[in-house]
Amino acid sequence: MTHDDIRSAFLDTLASVAPEADFDALKPDRPLRDQLDIDSFDFLNVILRVHEKLGVDIPEADYPKLATLSGALDYLEARLTSGRIH
Amino acid sequence: MPSLGADMEAGTLVEWQIKPGQRVKRGDVVAVVETQKGAVEIEIWDDGIVNELLVEPGTKVPVGEVLAHLRIEGETPPPAVAAAPAAAPPREAPKPPVPPPQVAHAARFKVSPVARRRAEQLGVDLSLVTPSGPEGVISLADVERAAQVKPAAAARPAAAEKLAAMRQAIAAAMSKSKREIPHYYLGTTIDVSRATSWLEQENAKRPVTQRVLFAAVLLKAVAVALKEVPELNGFWVDGAFKPAQAVHLGVGVGLRGGGLVAPAIRDADSKSVLDTMQALSDLVTRARGGALRSSELSDATVTVTNLGEQGVETVYGVIYPPQVALVGFGKVVERPWVENGGLYVRRLIQATLCADHRASVGHRGALFLSALDRMLQEPEKI
Repeated sequence: MTHDDIRSAFLDTLASVAPEADFDALKPDRPLRDQLDIDSFDFLNVILRVHEKLGVDIPEADYPKLATLSGALDYLEARLTSGRIH
Repeated sequence: MPSLGADMEAGTLVEWQIKPGQRVKRGDVVAVVETQKGAVEIEIWDDGIVNELLVEPGTKVPVGEVLAHLRIEGETPPPAVAAAPAAAPPREAPKPPVPPPQVAHAARFKVSPVARRRAEQLGVDLSLVTPSGPEGVISLADVERAAQVKPAAAARPAAAEKLAAMRQAIAAAMSKSKREIPHYYLGTTIDVSRATSWLEQENAKRPVTQRVLFAAVLLKAVAVALKEVPELNGFWVDGAFKPAQAVHLGVGVGLRGGGLVAPAIRDADSKSVLDTMQALSDLVTRARGGALRSSELSDATVTVTNLGEQGVETVYGVIYPPQVALVGFGKVVERPWVENGGLYVRRLIQATLCADHRASVGHRGALFLSALDRMLQEPEKI
């Protein structure tokens, strides 16, 4: 899975909780929570969908690493290439 | 048409999910109604057989008006007394007698089945279509003409209109609250270090689909603590407090764009934390995406609001009438904390109670917050 595939899959999961958001305008290093006005429920749904789509089970302790778009993409890429796939 | 809150005056029937002759049982969804709080699935309150549907989809119907006749088991048709499906909740005062069906029918429009189907396809609001036929029947041609003239006249209101309607509903309920309810406010700081650590350990053991948000722990703790101070759980109706037997916890759910609904988790005091989480997740998902059920919007006996997500530490709430209390939670923060002469870093949360002084006194409110604190110190027992 390429970087672009991961990016596209992750943006799809975000679109499911914030359908009206303009993803082109997302600043990669600012918190997704503020930019998309998502709460912990939406965030948990993102985590659930990432699990469904990419097969990555993200432990709660790692949630902070997914706070920004660039952080999330780096994290998912690392997980998907390290073989720690559930 | 059931009342789904003190602020609701009417609802628009979107569709029937039953047919004459069909057997129904209590709790079945019989219709979908568009309200100021969005589309709501209307449940029926009695077992029986559908006798007659009195209202056409697309019709705006005032609260209390009969939507259909139901034949209770053993009755012979036609029934002597009409039973409304999804009658208003028991706490509502009896509704005045409704006009006979034929009178009610006269005010509504008639439409041919093919025209109705076409209207649904085109998103045409039938109440806005002018019939051209001799008997005032809306025809296929009428619908297609209306679709060309008014492409924006959708059968369901646009998002902006829905939000404006919801704004009006919130305005009505909150104005009534501030006009009539003598609120008093209490607040306390609760050390939730143990509760949050316990939850982290639990979640670490669970697959992603079974993880619990701290909000679910707070809700469960509120529900159990309320059992100790029952005068916070119930309704102020007709100049007196009527305690509720069960704890149906209304949960404030923010909607994208600024809407707010407070559907209820039923029997929250007897659910496990995991069940509470699943109920909460289901409610939030349906509040934001799908339809809530009529009982969920009318059953809440008390409401909890959690604004910690937005970073605030303290909530000073407004009671949702006819309820008599609202519990607020702010953000979990790390702060210095002194205990038995020692200084520690702890995770703290501000819990507030706003309550109706007609139904309870501050001393009892204080006992509630104290019970809540106690529950949160022993999270494994909640």
